[in-house]
Amino acid sequence: MAVVCVHGPLRGLAGGRAEQEVAGATVHELLRGLEDLHPSVAGWILDERGVIRRHINVFVNGERGREETAVAAGDRVEVLPAITGGAR
Amino acid sequence: MTELLLGTKKGLFALEGEPGSEFEVTSRAFAGEPVDFAMRDPASGRAIATVTSPFYGPKIWYTDDPAGEWTQAEGVALPEGGEHALERIWVIVAGEDGSLYAGGDPGVLFESRDGGATWELNRALWQHRLDEHWQPGGGGLCLHSIVPWPGEPDRLAIAVSAAGVWLTEDHGATWRRGNRGIVPRYLPEETKEEDVALCVHRMERAKRDPQRMFIQFHGGVYRSDDAGQSWNQIGSGLPSDFGFPLALDPSDPDSAYVIPLTGDFDRVTPDGCVRVYETRDAGTTWTPRGEGLPAAQAYLTVLRRAFDRAGEGSSLQLYFGATSGDVFGSGDAGCSWFTAATRLPPVFSVTASP
Repeated sequence: MAVVCVHGPLRGLAGGRAEQEVAGATVHELLRGLEDLHPSVAGWILDERGVIRRHINVFVNGERGREETAVAAGDRVEVLPAITGGAR
Repeated sequence: MTELLLGTKKGLFALEGEPGSEFEVTSRAFAGEPVDFAMRDPASGRAIATVTSPFYGPKIWYTDDPAGEWTQAEGVALPEGGEHALERIWVIVAGEDGSLYAGGDPGVLFESRDGGATWELNRALWQHRLDEHWQPGGGGLCLHSIVPWPGEPDRLAIAVSAAGVWLTEDHGATWRRGNRGIVPRYLPEETKEEDVALCVHRMERAKRDPQRMFIQFHGGVYRSDDAGQSWNQIGSGLPSDFGFPLALDPSDPDSAYVIPLTGDFDRVTPDGCVRVYETRDAGTTWTPRGEGLPAAQAYLTVLRRAFDRAGEGSSLQLYFGATSGDVFGSGDAGCSWFTAATRLPPVFSVTASP
């Protein structure tokens, strides 16, 4: 299992835990697994299409990841709000 | 005491006050987040807000106390695995049987039968959206107007920018278009009716004569006398027939208030002068109402949901907010105006509760 790390309001939705082990072979499977463990997370990271929201960044062991990025046991997957702003 | 719930670019502001004097900010919620719309459910008294986090997407929240804890509503999403994602919730409106309706982008309608805690997508309208080419307006494919029929919960009209007016008489099981007579100046005349991208900006229904409806269009103000099946232009006499918001006096089916902007090329109050225009003869004539409003060097933009009313008749209260962060009110049906608030974030929506 990989370790999923969340921040900000996602931490409260994910049972109050900053990081936890989740099963999955890809980033998408991992994030769906997180939703299965904590249904309140649904809709906050992945949208209805299963796409990572535009201003959410996912890093796998420090490298930027996408939905299809492979994940291995022990990998560290960080979910972070992107640096945005200026327009709103 | 009147309560205003303001959806702004930087959070929800609750204000309280009496017409004629500045209102007090009594609470703020969702600090820093864009709040597209907020309202009080008249059935439950709950406050309900729609928030579109740039990070986490659109959500609906509800609370009994806007200064307290808010709870996220469930079911506010499109079917999983499709080609579309929910972009934004533009409006929430109370129905006639205790239900609530929410409209949003991309052209979606939700209904709640438990005071806003859970929501269900109207699949019949969504199927029209999937089967037909609906063109978004500049603000997205927004379902922004939801108009119940007083006393008849199965009858509903909605308007979408830019997919026009849609009518149902079986509580949303089936829908048909209601666009006859609307003339979009931004399209060739020979455009097929079913292909017409009709950019309605706001639609309202007269409470005492539900057949009577009004539209502020993207260039044109219209009236319908047959429940939205056909429309007639009534905008002559206005300095511009371009604008976004619209409000009615519930006591008078011949009444309507609009806030003209210069045009789609320059979306500010004409000549730096803020004026609300009122008709009491169903659009035959319009009277400018500006006493107490800025008359010079005021280039305001008032968005489609940033105009609301409370009460009716001679004590009709009217309130509108601008993207400048100013909020103006009237306690005498628009005869005179006062400044209710200034220096707020850009105002997206205004709802008023007595």
